[in-house]
Amino acid sequence: MQNWIERLEHLRAHRAAPWLGIALVVVTLMILPFALASVGTAWVRITNLAILFALLSLGLNIVVGFAGLLDLGYIAFYAVGAYCYALLASPHFGLHLPFWVILPISAAVACVFGVLLGAPTLKLRGDYLAIVTLGFGEIVRIFLNNLSQPINITNGPQGVTLIDPFRIGKVDFSRTDSLLGLAFSGPIKYYYLLLAVLVLAIIVNLRLQNSRVGRAWVAIREDEVAAQAMGINTRNVKLLAFAMGAGFGGVAGGIFSATQGFISPESFVFVESIMVLSMVVLGGMGNIWGVVLGAILLSFVPEILRYTVEPAQKAVFGRLLIEPEVIRMLLFGLALVLMMLYRPAGLWPSKRRKREFAETDPG
Amino acid sequence: MQAAVLLEFRHIEKRFGGLTALADVSLTINHREIYGLIGPNGAGKTTLFNVLTGLYVPDRGQFEFDGASLVGLKPYRVAESGIARTFQNIRMFGNMTVIENVMVGRHVRTHAGAIGAILRTRRARDEEVAIRHRSRELLNYVGISQHASALSRNLSYGDQRRLEIARALATEPKLLALDEPAAGMNATETTELRRLLEKIRDDGVTILLIEHDVKLVMGLCDRVAVLDYGRKIAEGEPARVQKDPEVIRAYLGGALP
Repeated sequence: MQNWIERLEHLRAHRAAPWLGIALVVVTLMILPFALASVGTAWVRITNLAILFALLSLGLNIVVGFAGLLDLGYIAFYAVGAYCYALLASPHFGLHLPFWVILPISAAVACVFGVLLGAPTLKLRGDYLAIVTLGFGEIVRIFLNNLSQPINITNGPQGVTLIDPFRIGKVDFSRTDSLLGLAFSGPIKYYYLLLAVLVLAIIVNLRLQNSRVGRAWVAIREDEVAAQAMGINTRNVKLLAFAMGAGFGGVAGGIFSATQGFISPESFVFVESIMVLSMVVLGGMGNIWGVVLGAILLSFVPEILRYTVEPAQKAVFGRLLIEPEVIRMLLFGLALVLMMLYRPAGLWPSKRRKREFAETDPG
Repeated sequence: MQAAVLLEFRHIEKRFGGLTALADVSLTINHREIYGLIGPNGAGKTTLFNVLTGLYVPDRGQFEFDGASLVGLKPYRVAESGIARTFQNIRMFGNMTVIENVMVGRHVRTHAGAIGAILRTRRARDEEVAIRHRSRELLNYVGISQHASALSRNLSYGDQRRLEIARALATEPKLLALDEPAAGMNATETTELRRLLEKIRDDGVTILLIEHDVKLVMGLCDRVAVLDYGRKIAEGEPARVQKDPEVIRAYLGGALP
């Protein structure tokens, strides 16, 4: 035993250790969908959804974590991106643009909506901003619900169906192809695509964090008056935060549309906004890795519970006492309370937030 | 050759409801001068600062800085045009490190945008290196470089004041406006502060100073103005102003009528 630990320590100190670690993670992520598919295709879909939520959380993290602007209507940008894709690649309007044309459009339109939300709320902070953004999220959803007349744009509550899947050349993301003797089903193809997008999103976030713009965001969060006095154009910098955050939501929404093949306003309700915000807060506001962790945990744990709570109850009590859905929310609430008590800065807080919560003012 | 006058206030008036915080205040500040602004509490000194830096819009009057009117400009525009300030109740970015605070000050003189940062262009990277380098120089300049990676709110009071000065200098100001920089400092710290301010002046930055420490003001300032109830009651060399009967009355109270 002792010998093993020594060996491990030795390995850790090795120059190649970080590369070995990265290689290990890459290999795991590459094999993961096949491992999951052997359990059930549903798990691949759940993973894809988890990655989508990680994308959303990264976007919201820019607004809430970096710039400190509490946004309770973030799912609206997801909706905007999703409808952009749905309307431009479905029989609804008879348009079938390729995804690499639509995704940038989705991102751009979401950015515009981000600015639309940001512009009137520039002077608001904290609770007041939260209420307005909440309203904004609802307005977008209600519009989607009702824009079926006089001109049918969104098809109302029925939603948009038969949305095109992604296609790259002859590879159709809705069909199963085999390559090198491996069956690449639709969800597995989306998994790899989503993984690539997620890596890209993480890189973008990391680079923004340690940049002139990233510092300006944090400065505004810390003290807006001082930030202005230092020559930061708080209006533009805030709008940029809203736009960038919304852009992530737009891209995620576009991919969501394609993976589902069907969307309706019901997918973009207020609770979804809260869910994304919980992922950001639970994971560790302001820390990119924490936020990704939060998104993955909060996507997977409920699913795991869904599959375990029922059999567990049957085994213990002989019958189903509490619906899995109810228990999920119960445990969710419990987790949030425990988090507040024991890890108020999140599971994996940013160094800055950690200090914020841990240290009392020395003065 | 630069013009002698850097900043000129003309008949500035600022009212808050029924309270006249500034009434017809006119001042001129020359290049490379240390100009003191003194007066009892509530005399309107900080209000004048806030008017100068764009936080308040004056109800009447004009001011010209370096040949251009700044009235009605947003604070970030004021900073851009070369006025940097510190605050009476220190306003730092408490959860950023000391050097990050100064790096924020470089914002107004640098250009990298979000796209540059995301693509990590050559220019953005070079600029980032330059920002860090200059910030480190400024920390050295004010003498707190040993705390560069500390959290700024953990600094001692005197060091926080220095950090605010370094951050303000990072914006490359022509005029540095300091709101009670010596407040809460002990004698040694005040002496060090005085040396620092003289060094800044010698490096070509004009200083406008609000201060209660009379010894500091008298020893350091080239000229002072005294405000009382929003009016300028005296202006001139410190030694002369000190003897002005109006000033003595304002500070010590006059005989009852």
